[in-house]
Amino acid sequence: MADTPHPTRISMPATAKRGDIIDIKTLIQHEMETGYRRDANGRVIPRDIVAHFEVRYLDEIIFAADTFAGVSANPYFAFSTIVGDSGPVTFTWTDLAGRKTVETRTLTVT
Amino acid sequence: MPQPSCTRILPTLSRRSVVAGATAAALTRSAWPAAAAFEDDGNATAAIAHIAAGREIKPGRVKLVLPELAENGNVVALSVEVESAMTATDFVKTIHIIAGQNPLAIIARYHLGPRSGRARVQSTIRLATTQTVTALAEMSDGTLWSGTMSVLVTLSACLDGG
Repeated sequence: MADTPHPTRISMPATAKRGDIIDIKTLIQHEMETGYRRDANGRVIPRDIVAHFEVRYLDEIIFAADTFAGVSANPYFAFSTIVGDSGPVTFTWTDLAGRKTVETRTLTVT
Repeated sequence: MPQPSCTRILPTLSRRSVVAGATAAALTRSAWPAAAAFEDDGNATAAIAHIAAGREIKPGRVKLVLPELAENGNVVALSVEVESAMTATDFVKTIHIIAGQNPLAIIARYHLGPRSGRARVQSTIRLATTQTVTALAEMSDGTLWSGTMSVLVTLSACLDGG
């Protein structure tokens, strides 16, 4: 598999007031191959999953998840954070082989 | 009731028989720093005991919401909310999601902090069969709280196509 990042969808407000709690929703298109399925020839299909997801806001981790084969394909997460200063929110998904998909959004404080 | 095809496949395979098995296993371990000493063999009791490490687990403060009836075990909507002030000194550190009837008991760990604002996470999980799912919340003061929810699964997550 190539190093091409997986498509993602991120839903969060572009602007917010300081002190507000905002909801962030994320999804990455990923098979989350469990490693328990077999192909047509009876061979086990190797496990290929997103193992770690991390969200940083102004370089501080606001949410992280360790994910295993029991997480559905196209892992979806909804979580929240408290608005501080304006700045970047960076989303990083890392698979078992260490390949990363990184996305950044900017949150502007009004 | 037939067992889902995936339930116990891995333990009966030698690692060598799995394509790139050794490499994959090594990578799996390196990706699990917090559970390095723990081999997840699908035993929820062992997984919970490993997390607790001797600490008492109290029922309560954790509201785990899953559908009572899941028609498709491949995609089961999960919502977990923990009663917590979520201040700098009193917050939820980690929420563990555990399912004893899955091939791997630990489904996910969510790491939160004072910057989370609310201790609520929503996601989607796989369930191999009808079972009780446990959410275990680890607080900043080290205490553990748990909530459970039973789910009736009509289509296993382990059948092909998922």
